[in-house]
Amino acid sequence: MIKRSSHSAGLEPAPFGEDVQLRRNLAVRHRVGAVWHVLFLLALIIGIIALTALIYNILDQTFGLVAVEFKVPPHELAQDGVPLEELSDAQLIALLEARVSKGVLRRLKAEQPLEQRDREELLSLVYERVVQPKIVKSWSLTDSLLRRRSVELEVAQKYPSAQLQFRSWLNPNFINRPQSSDPQVAGVRTAILGSLWTIVITILVAFPLGVGAAIYLEEYAADNALNRLIQTNINNLAGVPSIIYGMLGLAIFVRALEPLTSGALVGGAADPTTANGRTILSAGLTLALLVLPLLIVNAQEAIRAVPSSLREAGYALGATKWQVIRDHVLPNALPGILTGTILSISRAMGETAPLIVVGASTYIVYDPYSPFFKFTTLPVQIYQWTARPQQGFRNIAAAAIVVLLVLLLSLNAAAIIMRNRFSRRLI
Amino acid sequence: MATALSAKSLARRATTAPPELRKKPRPLEVLIQAFFFACGAVSILTTIGIVYVLGSEAWLFFRSPEVDLVEFFTTTSWVPAVGQFGIWSLVNATMMTTTFAMIVALPLGLASAIYLSEYASPGVRNVLKPILEILAGIPTVVYGYFALTFMTPLLRSIFGRDVVEIYNTASAGLVMGILILPLVSSMSEDALSAVPRSLREAAYALGATRLETAVRIVVPAALSGITAAFILAVSRAVGETMIVAIAAGAGPAFTFNPFKAAETMTGHIVRISGGDLSYDSIDYDSIFAIGLLLFLMTLVLNLISRAIMHRFREVYE
Repeated sequence: MIKRSSHSAGLEPAPFGEDVQLRRNLAVRHRVGAVWHVLFLLALIIGIIALTALIYNILDQTFGLVAVEFKVPPHELAQDGVPLEELSDAQLIALLEARVSKGVLRRLKAEQPLEQRDREELLSLVYERVVQPKIVKSWSLTDSLLRRRSVELEVAQKYPSAQLQFRSWLNPNFINRPQSSDPQVAGVRTAILGSLWTIVITILVAFPLGVGAAIYLEEYAADNALNRLIQTNINNLAGVPSIIYGMLGLAIFVRALEPLTSGALVGGAADPTTANGRTILSAGLTLALLVLPLLIVNAQEAIRAVPSSLREAGYALGATKWQVIRDHVLPNALPGILTGTILSISRAMGETAPLIVVGASTYIVYDPYSPFFKFTTLPVQIYQWTARPQQGFRNIAAAAIVVLLVLLLSLNAAAIIMRNRFSRRLI
Repeated sequence: MATALSAKSLARRATTAPPELRKKPRPLEVLIQAFFFACGAVSILTTIGIVYVLGSEAWLFFRSPEVDLVEFFTTTSWVPAVGQFGIWSLVNATMMTTTFAMIVALPLGLASAIYLSEYASPGVRNVLKPILEILAGIPTVVYGYFALTFMTPLLRSIFGRDVVEIYNTASAGLVMGILILPLVSSMSEDALSAVPRSLREAAYALGATRLETAVRIVVPAALSGITAAFILAVSRAVGETMIVAIAAGAGPAFTFNPFKAAETMTGHIVRISGGDLSYDSIDYDSIFAIGLLLFLMTLVLNLISRAIMHRFREVYE
């Protein structure tokens, strides 16, 4: 419309009104443009708000007030005005002897005589067996800070015997302790170790296979139907939902290859009665297949970025193909390959669904010590805790998420540092 | 090697290439190439494995007397205990969560892509883009936790506690949209920035504003790439598992109410396989039948997306 009117204006002097119309249109168009500019930016800001809300929500649950009820309040255990924490070893042992039932005491002594345990251990035993604190309710960080008064009121009304404490659910004990059915003493130690074992197996399998496949596709593969099929296939595998890999792992590694993955074949079965094929090895292999396409594509990009002049220089000196790859291509592509590998590994580290399908255990209290052990990983642990309705499990799930995110963040930071080094090398 | 050759033999073969310069058979080279080929072939084996495993177990499922293929694809009640296998209750829940995810991810993803590609200065872009990428790097189980402990209470406080159940497809879908937003955004941005600069400059020369250039010139030119991104996003949403397993509900239900609990295909697979599963049960076989359907759905979506991308490449290169 506008174009046509200005065109006709070229033939005879533009009528005054039409010029005003044009200017007014222009103002409207600019205003609409400005509005949409804000709207487009708003979409990004919503994304950032979502990220902020997510992190806030997790931290909100990780710290906060808790109402604790004691079976025996600690102040009752004070002797002659000396508080519980400052009692001597002998006094603590006497306390345990007096207050803990005979059977439990005998079992504890069988594990390790009380006299040989250090102070810290004795104190935690007293807490666990005598004081027996129980968290009856927990509040979020926001409530704890902003609504402290009403929280105190609620505790006074509903739990008159309870004591209000500020608790960080994320603490050294949480990292160090194994899984437990009691959220107060449950920790992520077994889950972290399980994650590390699984990831190590994933790396050991996926890295050589992935780099090998990338070398084949970039350096050896002729442009024929078979190799195009391999390439297309890898691209398609990258889009397969992760849960499908879990089902593949369940049918192949857990069921069909059970003699191998349960360790029976190599005589290394850690726990033959319960693990079956649902072992760390099966989990690691499943994750290896899952990250393989991603790893191959990343490694291919790194290899492709090596200038062909380097290869030609190698050939010109009479090097064989493998010598060129080993001495020229790989050293130059390595930082890129490693960056891609770390990113793939951090993906595997956060995977949950396939591991549940493969058969992660719900309850492990012992440290895994062989690949034929039952497994649980950090994300699986988070899932299981999130699914529990009881007081406190949401909080430890949040604390476990913090641990997981910190682990992933450090992995990604390593990848970024490596990428920066890589780009410097190329310039 | 050269020392092993006498001058006599060298003189005799002077007319042809000396043997040490001819191509030697190198068994190691062949072996290495074979090894690398084997690595590449693992991906083919993986695909064959997936198809075989899903196919054979699903075959066992459809062959069993309780299951009727017609009933499977036409009825809406999934109660394995009484032999009712109507896939639609699960598929319907998957479509509900996917729809909600797309309501969030597509407009926000495209809008942020337009902003990053057409409006943002390089400095702003370098700050904002990594933040979006962080969203893509967070494990899905964390999003599930977020949906259950943040989005659901939020929805319940907005719409009322009697309307919104603790587990519901809306909450899971909305959070899934946030998860998929970076995928849509980065793929669309790639498509937008692939549009030749000359098109934009031509539009500016004709007096178009920045918005008009972006919406009427650049977006239509990049439409195939954007469509591919959208379809891939749908595929991601269909296959997404942990968010729905945690927040959407644990029990198949055929409902169009987004505030009611309903189990999706992926959620069902996770719940069934998370329990003690005996290998000979119909439950075990049924998750593979669901898995096969899921695999086919995502495969078709991915292939369509790839085909559109391919066309897009042909146009602009």
